[in-house]
Amino acid sequence: MSVCWNDKAGTFHPDSAADYLPLRQLRCLQLQRLQAVVKRAYERVEHFRQRLDSVGVKPEDIRELEDVRFLPFTDKNDLRDTYPYGLFASPMSDIVRLHASSGTTGKPIVVGYTQQDMEVWKNVMKRTFLSVGLHQNDIIQNAFGYGLFTGGLGAHYGAEALGATVVPTSGGNTDRQIMVMRDFGVTAMCATPSYFVHIIETAEDMGLDLRSLPLRVGVFGAEPWTEPMRHYIEEKAGIKAYDIYGLSEIIGPGVATECVVQDGLHIHEDHFLAEIVDPVTGEVLPDGEEGELVLTTLSKEAMPIIRYRTHDITRLIPETCPCGRTIRRMARVSRRTDDMFIVRGVNVFPAQIEAALLRAERNLPHYQIILSRKGGLDQMEVQVEVTKEMLGDTISELENLQKRFAKAIEDVVGIRAVVTLVEPQSIARSQGKAKRVIDTRKEDQL
Amino acid sequence: MKLKQVSVFLENKTGRLSSVIRTLADAGINITTLTLADTQQFGILRMIINDWEKAKRVLEEAGAVVKVTDVLALEVEDRPGGLAEILDIVHSVGVGVEYMYAFTVKANEHAVLIFRFDDVDKAIEALCTNGVHLISPAQLFQSPCS
Repeated sequence: MSVCWNDKAGTFHPDSAADYLPLRQLRCLQLQRLQAVVKRAYERVEHFRQRLDSVGVKPEDIRELEDVRFLPFTDKNDLRDTYPYGLFASPMSDIVRLHASSGTTGKPIVVGYTQQDMEVWKNVMKRTFLSVGLHQNDIIQNAFGYGLFTGGLGAHYGAEALGATVVPTSGGNTDRQIMVMRDFGVTAMCATPSYFVHIIETAEDMGLDLRSLPLRVGVFGAEPWTEPMRHYIEEKAGIKAYDIYGLSEIIGPGVATECVVQDGLHIHEDHFLAEIVDPVTGEVLPDGEEGELVLTTLSKEAMPIIRYRTHDITRLIPETCPCGRTIRRMARVSRRTDDMFIVRGVNVFPAQIEAALLRAERNLPHYQIILSRKGGLDQMEVQVEVTKEMLGDTISELENLQKRFAKAIEDVVGIRAVVTLVEPQSIARSQGKAKRVIDTRKEDQL
Repeated sequence: MKLKQVSVFLENKTGRLSSVIRTLADAGINITTLTLADTQQFGILRMIINDWEKAKRVLEEAGAVVKVTDVLALEVEDRPGGLAEILDIVHSVGVGVEYMYAFTVKANEHAVLIFRFDDVDKAIEALCTNGVHLISPAQLFQSPCS
């Protein structure tokens, strides 16, 4: 264990021991847990039993870790189709928590946790905070949304388990966030990166220099962000900014986190088995190659998930991290394989925008979604081609149309969009099919 | 009595207006009068055109969205109170003006105003009862300025 104590940033904590397991021991633990979780899923969840039977695989066939590749994938559709409790492997009497995330057509997915699952979640979030150098003396302001979204409560319980002081501000009300940050002597902040940039800029407008505050660490996740954005945040707020990764289907935040080295995210491999597959063929790719991240929960009781297609593109980093952790790292998620995009921490599918437009107007107009970043905040613009049916000849009719579209989008997706009416045929079509989403946020950087 | 007005949706971008006007010019279509309502983002070009069906066709072929609306052309005396009297008449029967625009016919002392009322039939009735001269399409397009 001596390597643990060599951790340059001194972030080692006995509760992080699982981060430093000798590799053989770690793989052994993973195999035992994989065998148990597959057995549990097979015996208790109709859906998984049918899936395994259909490919002729029995839980006993998993003899080595690599055998995971014989198991069928799970996709978001499986969670939707079995809504709400179809994938639960525990009786409701054992479920202590439910969370949900929005679906493409209004049908959400539901995830459940047993008491034991909550312990695991707490543990991985606590390790996340330890990895970024937080401890019990920190005052952590949690601006992840509290509620059905896993971000808020996931970070909350982890921070409490750490013994830190938690300030549960949830999202929004930026002026109050800044007041709390200043008056409470907050030392660490959890937020979506774009929201934190908004906080920085609001503070600037208020004439407050965040660098003058005790704030020293930012824990950012729930949406992709970039290195230039990290540099901007670190420079403007005088903090270290860390990327964390997670998804509700697997547990919520806590699946992976950067350490103080800031070079890749350590996956909490004792609880989550990561594979990288070719997004088209589903073939497992060797460490180091870029592909789609596939995750298997190794210790989830309420809702074991086998080989979940995250649609996130990344790669596993084979080299050992200078921090000494043995659990492998994945590179920052750069993009997705499907058409889902994330705006201000909210998952959005073009199909949702489509549903909203249809709700406002009977016929679906041609449309395009343009994502940009202004002043640190994600902007979603929806351009709608005006059709004969919707054209009025007064300005107010057109403005009402715009408002109807904007309201429908906000009702369905939960975030505001700028609706722009454009002329017919002004949105480019490629092979008869339009490119639905144009994302310039990377180029915009901030 | 009713006059067909051709409205075209335009994005508020340089060159959009000229492309619509060019389309009409190339088809040999004359615009008797027009007005442009605009916001920061988009505009509506409203035109009175003799052969409005042809105009609609060529514009739609060129990919524009076109709306045809019934409007009224009224002859208003070119003196103080000329317009006020007309507005009083329609107001008294509860008809509202969506928008209006004017063009002056030089040959006589009258101005011609184009009105879009929220209830065109009720407006016609009230105006005729009060002796306001509604210009028929035939009269309008014979006028020297067309």
